[in-house]
Amino acid sequence: MSAPGAAAAGGSGRSGATADWGGFEDNMQGGGSAVIDMENMDDTSGSSFEDMGEMHQRMKEEEEEEEEGEAGAAEEEDGEFLGMKGLRGQLGRQVADQMWQVGKRQASRAFSLYANIDILRPYFDVEPVQVRARLLESMIPVKMINFPQKIAGELYGPLMLVLTLVAILLHGMKTSDTIIREGTLMGTAIGTCFGYWLGVSSFIYFLAYLCNAQITMVQMLSLLGYGLFGHCITLFVTYNIHFHSLFYIFWLGVGGLSTLRMVAVLVSRTVGHTQRLILCGTLAALHMLFLLYLHFAYHKVVEGILDTLEGPNMPPFQRVARDIPVVSNAVLNTTAKAIALTL
Amino acid sequence: FAGLADVSISEDIPVEGEITVPVGSHSPDEDYSTLDEPVKDTIMRDLKAVGKKFVHVMYPKKSSALLRDWDLWGPLVLCVSLALMLQGGSADSKDDGGPQFAEVFVIIWFGAVVITLNSKLLGGTISFFQSLCVLGYCVLPLTVAMLVCRLVLLAGSGTVSFIIRLIVVIAMFAWSTLASTAFLADSQPPNRKALVVYPIFLFYFVISWMILTFTPQ
Repeated sequence: MSAPGAAAAGGSGRSGATADWGGFEDNMQGGGSAVIDMENMDDTSGSSFEDMGEMHQRMKEEEEEEEEGEAGAAEEEDGEFLGMKGLRGQLGRQVADQMWQVGKRQASRAFSLYANIDILRPYFDVEPVQVRARLLESMIPVKMINFPQKIAGELYGPLMLVLTLVAILLHGMKTSDTIIREGTLMGTAIGTCFGYWLGVSSFIYFLAYLCNAQITMVQMLSLLGYGLFGHCITLFVTYNIHFHSLFYIFWLGVGGLSTLRMVAVLVSRTVGHTQRLILCGTLAALHMLFLLYLHFAYHKVVEGILDTLEGPNMPPFQRVARDIPVVSNAVLNTTAKAIALTL
Repeated sequence: FAGLADVSISEDIPVEGEITVPVGSHSPDEDYSTLDEPVKDTIMRDLKAVGKKFVHVMYPKKSSALLRDWDLWGPLVLCVSLALMLQGGSADSKDDGGPQFAEVFVIIWFGAVVITLNSKLLGGTISFFQSLCVLGYCVLPLTVAMLVCRLVLLAGSGTVSFIIRLIVVIAMFAWSTLASTAFLADSQPPNRKALVVYPIFLFYFVISWMILTFTPQ
């Protein structure tokens, strides 16, 4: 760094002047007063980085002029003159340096405050046993709705369930040969699942705020996340065994159970009939409709609508049973048929 | 500011100030020394590092070389080759080629980031890029599986080839998961290993699924 060098050069003009910002010693020799003559400073000195280059350029030009002039007698004068200029340059550089340091400190502080993932650390403090227990509990509706039920504010289980749902959706979309025109298959799956989890949680949290329900955002995220367990099971089964009646049984049974659990927990935390009705009705409707949407949106749909232009003998909208992979699906179908027949 | 060093000073004026040589002044010299070497040396050095890490993945021992000098070249190369090999598969039209390439990228990098964040939040001691590095390198067995699948599909696409592909993909998936678990799960407290292993399992399962359901045109 040339700052020490410049300080040394600046110090030549007035001995005892320090390189510290904000402290100028009084014993300035060589024609200068203790007070810096501010009217010599132009507007750009020490104010910004861009002007540093300009100042440096000017100093260089002045040095070159001085070198061309007399060397000996004008040495002292040059020293002084350069001292003033050197001081100004040093001042400017230090101000810019200080501003840079302060800015950097502020930015790193802000970054460590907001981008600190340690904020989320308490929500991931779980044991595998606890996760398993909560998964099973999410299918069991509670009976006691007069007493506020405890909801664990945990985000690991819900996050894993959302990712599992994304994986299952991807599998369903691939086997149904869904063609996404703009965007990727994976982007759609991720967007759908995360959008549902975060969006519906926020919406229900907002409604809960309006209806005076006692629930925090993390608890709502956790509740809805665990409610997706039923969705995962249903979709996993029905994407592989393709029977509409089986899907409706699962929709009502499994989906209904997990919805009932969420509704019961919310009811236990809300007072007043109207509020309970609004909150739980909305949640139940959204949850069940989401499962319905996930199943039907990714059926294998022969692209008849677009093909009618080229193939007039193709029926416009047709559902075709999936046959990928051939072996396992046939086995599963016959097994399911056999079970259905025996029941 | 280097021009100021040429300032001439009169001898009878004492020069004051601090002469401290900042530590960083050595690094320009080092940079110059690696800048001057031939390009072949630079590339070979990086390639050797990547190759060494590939060997570590294929034979997962308890070594820390993969973790210590992490780099993301290997994962990038693997990601690109896997995405290229997955091109031109499934349905019909020309606009399926694009999304599949981006799809593989999104899955691999988004999945790796999520797993890393998850393991950090669960109290892991591994850093962000080290974890990304390990997860990326452990995609190698699956890339090999993809290669084998493509070769098998060249021969035919009946039930036999499906069974062969299934076995190969399952084996490579298990290898990937075990390899990355060997590196990553050690940084966790012992009773929480299952919590870290599950997302890794899911991640490689999704990639394996994409490989298995690949049908060429």
